[in-house]
Amino acid sequence: MMRRKIYLTAGFNTVSLGTGRKEFNPKKPRPGLEHYFKEAGQGTLKQIGGAKNVDETVIGNFMAARFNNQAHLTGFAPLIDEGLQWKPAVRVEGACGSGGLSLLTGMRSVLAETADVVLSMGIEVQNTVKAIYGADILAGAGWYQNRKTGHAYFFPGQFSDRAGACYEKYGKEKVRAGMKQWFINAIENARLDPTAQEYHNKTADLGALYDKLQPNGAAFVDHLNVLDCSKVSDGASAIAICSEEGLKRIGVDKKDAVEVAGYGHVIRNITNDPTDPTELETIKRAAHNALKDAGITIDQVGTVETHDCFSIAGVLTCEALGLAKKGEGADYVAASNTARKGAMPMNTTGGLIGWGHPTGATGVHQAVTIWQQLTGKAGDAQIEISNDRPYGMTINMGGDDVTVVAIVYKRGA
Amino acid sequence: MTYEERLQNVAVLGAAGKMGSGILLLTAVEMADLALLPENKGKTFVLHAIDVSPEGLAGLMRYLRAQVRKVAEKKTVWLRKMYADRDDLVENYDIIDEYIFDVLNIVRPVTTMAAAYSANLIFEAVSENKDLKVKLLGDIDRHNENKPWFFTNTSSVPIHLIEKEAGLDGRIIGFHFYNPPAVQKLVELIVTGKTDCDVVEFALAYAKKLRKIIVPSNDFAGFIGNGHFMRDALHGIREAEALAAEKNMPLYKAIYIINKITQDYLVRPMGIFQLIDYVGIDVVKFILNVMNPFVTDEDLHSGLLDKMMEQGVKGGQMSSGAQKDGFLKYKGGRITAVWDVHKQEYVELDKFQAECDEMMGDLPASAVAWKSIIRNKKKDELLAGFFNDLKASADLGAQLAVKYGRKSKAIGEKLVSDKVANEIDHVNTVMLTGFFHAYGPVNNFFD
Repeated sequence: MMRRKIYLTAGFNTVSLGTGRKEFNPKKPRPGLEHYFKEAGQGTLKQIGGAKNVDETVIGNFMAARFNNQAHLTGFAPLIDEGLQWKPAVRVEGACGSGGLSLLTGMRSVLAETADVVLSMGIEVQNTVKAIYGADILAGAGWYQNRKTGHAYFFPGQFSDRAGACYEKYGKEKVRAGMKQWFINAIENARLDPTAQEYHNKTADLGALYDKLQPNGAAFVDHLNVLDCSKVSDGASAIAICSEEGLKRIGVDKKDAVEVAGYGHVIRNITNDPTDPTELETIKRAAHNALKDAGITIDQVGTVETHDCFSIAGVLTCEALGLAKKGEGADYVAASNTARKGAMPMNTTGGLIGWGHPTGATGVHQAVTIWQQLTGKAGDAQIEISNDRPYGMTINMGGDDVTVVAIVYKRGA
Repeated sequence: MTYEERLQNVAVLGAAGKMGSGILLLTAVEMADLALLPENKGKTFVLHAIDVSPEGLAGLMRYLRAQVRKVAEKKTVWLRKMYADRDDLVENYDIIDEYIFDVLNIVRPVTTMAAAYSANLIFEAVSENKDLKVKLLGDIDRHNENKPWFFTNTSSVPIHLIEKEAGLDGRIIGFHFYNPPAVQKLVELIVTGKTDCDVVEFALAYAKKLRKIIVPSNDFAGFIGNGHFMRDALHGIREAEALAAEKNMPLYKAIYIINKITQDYLVRPMGIFQLIDYVGIDVVKFILNVMNPFVTDEDLHSGLLDKMMEQGVKGGQMSSGAQKDGFLKYKGGRITAVWDVHKQEYVELDKFQAECDEMMGDLPASAVAWKSIIRNKKKDELLAGFFNDLKASADLGAQLAVKYGRKSKAIGEKLVSDKVANEIDHVNTVMLTGFFHAYGPVNNFFD
């Protein structure tokens, strides 16, 4: 139960820029951090009456210190609008879960009654280095003492191990059938959102492409192909987190906002390997806590935005949420239950594999998507949300199931 | 001597040149990879990069550093295993940096030939001058006690002549890379009547490690690649000259037309005059000079090339890889003008292009572009459709193209009947892989 009503509104996403987008050219200069701060921040400010209405800015970012040689991101808030100068700002970090922490930190300020309107952002600009060096930087989401023995592509290596464990336990063909369908859904959904990195994807037979690219450990990792992985992305997302008073202040109607019904936030010991590589235990606990906090069951949730940094994570999340029994997540996905017209539409704008994964921004992007879906602002990607299942849910994960923020939302009015 | 032992001391002659630098890169990487294997720990691998130009060698080292980084970035998974025992190398960045150092640490850039006196294997990539090659290889062989093997990259000089005149007696083989060696998959392998079996065996093993496609060619001046290209180029030049005479038009217009025929109508990566510029007008003339004395039934010579050289228009590439102006003028890789050999100046395309295009007629709707077709599964079907339409057309462009296609086929067939190539397939493979053609010259498209 929330001790104070919290609303999210005025979401904004920049394009997720990287391979796949027509305008992306790795050899040409691209917008930097400054651009993304401005574009996303101003995108939200325009909808809420400007910076004068904002009490505080929260910035989720993972590794600008290495991708962009820039720490101390709070000082960038005034680039969005000079009106944010001389006000509080905080930067939060929990690897790829930084965006979720940004939401949570904003919510806490509202709960603590120290703010009525918080500008919550997530930002990451990662195409500054080639993927092989980006892998070093992203490995910071794991325990540094595991880097030496880890894979060249460290995180794909971690989730390749999880996929391999699933193949061994449940059968490779069965598990990959689920992973393949997850990929297909991601691209098909991304084609409906103009800001998605895979928006321009024209591949006619996605399944055939997936089958053709068999995992090759000599060039990449043993149990995943590149289509099983999220993208290297530059992007930012922003959303306003408000109290009821805050909502009045910015002049936004409740029907154009979502209300937070509950949340769960859990971490696990980063220096330990997962107890069971075929299970996402932290996601399971955080999602359970969020549903319990909201006082609902998963059956009442109409759509989920989950952290599919790798297709296997999407598959295993279905099990963690109790949508499928342990070992049957792949079958659940393969049967198109998570497709946009399936029993539980997931990642309706493409998720991390289709929409993109600007790491520190992802958690906020997920909230923007749920806000769009529950308020009818999702454009071509809009799904039907029925009154008997009115809730939306986001699950944002940092590292290998280490930091997880799960939030349950409902319509504002 | 094992494969590894042979590669422990190697020299590349002409290492700073276009071909030499590529050969040096590939060999340095192969040697460094051998040195990293557990069984070779502690063994020393040395690669002498020999060139007359100190500036060229400085450029070579910069080229190597940049290229080895690209190589390392593609095999970091393997490199992490090779450096697993190095606790100080943790991130990919550390490992790639160390590998670059290890490769460069094998290379000894020098301007003195004496460095090759200790080598077991010598790659020769100096200019296409038989006497120079004979002198260098003979000198090295006399001073080298190892009875070294010689891999010559000549694209035109008969190997047996070098062998005989330098007294190498079975220790030389033609190992002809295509430009640029680091990218092109093709290697023409040419043995003399005497080449030792062990040399051939090593050459095949080395090519396999470098993932090259080997095509055997017999030991005739120009081999298969230049055997076709030089004759194809001469045909293009003669067609342009004939067209200019017949239509009473300036030669530059005819050059534009034939270049367009060979690119757009014959679906090649570049037109024949652009290809001559790419290779270098001077190099083409040089190769023709080497080949011509060995043929009796044709004259491999062009007065136009002589004239271009006299006028100082040579084509070729700058050290940055950018194209120098030759028959055609280039801006950012695009053709902007054609050289007028009479007025000795470039004439901008926009002054005559439309007129020439109109004269040639429209391309049929079935036309396909090289870029879009090269990896298309229905390539042959699409090409057949396009070429059939050309055959059925009375337009000048179509007729010139069909004639050109037939000549190109005849050149290919003659290489087999002259016993330069053992089979048609070898000719086609060379043109497909060494020249990136979309189809082999010996085909039924234009019959």
